[in-house]
Amino acid sequence: MASLRVRQILLEVLAFDQPDPPGLEGDTVWRRLCTSATKAVPVSGAGVALMTPAGHGGTLAATDGPASVMENLQHTLGEGPCLNAFRDQRPVLEHDLARAAVRWPGFVPAATEAGIAAVFAFPLQVGAIRLGVLDLYRDTPGPLDNLQLGEALDYAAAATTILLDLQHDASAGGLHPQLADAADSHRAIHQATGIVTVQASVDLNDALLLLRARAYAEDRSLLDLAQQVVARKVTFHPLHAEDDHE
Amino acid sequence: MSREQRLAQVFVELADTLVDDFDVLELLHTLCERSVELLEADAAGLILADQRSVLHVMASTTEEAKVLELFVLQNDEGPCLDCYSTGERMVNIDLSEVEQRWPRFRDATITAGYRSTHAIPLRLRGQVIGVLNLFCVERSTLSEADVALGQALCDIATVGLLQERTVRRAEVLAEQLQSALNSRILLEQAKGVLSERAGISVDEAFVLMRRHARRNRQQLRLVAGGIIDGAIPASELTSGGD
Repeated sequence: MASLRVRQILLEVLAFDQPDPPGLEGDTVWRRLCTSATKAVPVSGAGVALMTPAGHGGTLAATDGPASVMENLQHTLGEGPCLNAFRDQRPVLEHDLARAAVRWPGFVPAATEAGIAAVFAFPLQVGAIRLGVLDLYRDTPGPLDNLQLGEALDYAAAATTILLDLQHDASAGGLHPQLADAADSHRAIHQATGIVTVQASVDLNDALLLLRARAYAEDRSLLDLAQQVVARKVTFHPLHAEDDHE
Repeated sequence: MSREQRLAQVFVELADTLVDDFDVLELLHTLCERSVELLEADAAGLILADQRSVLHVMASTTEEAKVLELFVLQNDEGPCLDCYSTGERMVNIDLSEVEQRWPRFRDATITAGYRSTHAIPLRLRGQVIGVLNLFCVERSTLSEADVALGQALCDIATVGLLQERTVRRAEVLAEQLQSALNSRILLEQAKGVLSERAGISVDEAFVLMRRHARRNRQQLRLVAGGIIDGAIPASELTSGGD
């Protein structure tokens, strides 16, 4: 598993030869990993996300442009290649996204509009324990060849190693600050889920679905809606009540 | 064989020690031996810091007690300790010039037969995790290229160590990480539930949850679970005052 190439990637993205930036920004290593993977595979862009059973757990880093859109979409919609890669514990290789509209009816049109034509998602996992996903995209359709696939898998392995090593340095029961930042960016979503579960008298899963459905219907991001719920500017009501507006 | 050819050979050799069920001690020993050869030193030791910042010799080119003693001694004074605490490389240190700075280290090193020394840090994410310490019988003058080579060797060792600690404990670390991520979500959800039930802000809800956990000597995660499944009613947290 631990191939020579994985070590080369680690040497490169941990960038020992460069002086550490002051304060060492949390996402530096993840940004380097995304940039490096984009060049090496090669693809148009990349993103790394934490994943949890509640879905997308926060973006660690993404290259500029469509890659961020790709991450935001998947966490707003609760569907997309990274969620399938996470659930099925195997890579999802969609080399022609346009054909996958049935599989991901919300994700495909929006991703296509953002200029994404192919998506390759690789789970970051150790045995059955799943931690995150490395998402790669291309602005032109077409499969990865064997070498490119191997390269992408090595980047996923390197990302997993870095995740584990951060945990090695984390306090007991806690998260490393680099990971906590990403996880915290989604705080409002989980708080809003808790609020909606009481307001609408549904369980947590359904509360999240209600939030997602409304974000989708109102064409806004899940995070944005969640913040409104936490600020009590948007309220949900039990499903049998027709009116869900103030 | 030219130096370039030899360098390429050494990097391949170090890479080989990393393949499959690699032994990290073997890697560190090879690294010490090759750094002595390539940087024209006479002895080397690889020192790692434990969690309490105590420096331990993990590998060295010699088992001679008087040399090993030089590494141990540096828990109190010497270039290793300074390199470890500052993260700065210290090279071409002439022992005749450090009498004031490190008197005990200097005496012991000269007694062991060395005239100069280098200390190169093993760095990971802005932290120093160890030091490669070299000793030379003659006064040494490493060029900038030599120093860069020494640093490259240290970086390979750092990746080896990083992989060793993650591969060996992969499942445990992955489980810890997964559960830390999950309990964080549970906590946020519970804040939301309590804030809605009690008609307070999520920040106030968190204050109440922590107070409840402290009073009842319960883990915050368990309190969060109790709030979500209703086992702990909101009234139990809001009553009781300050």
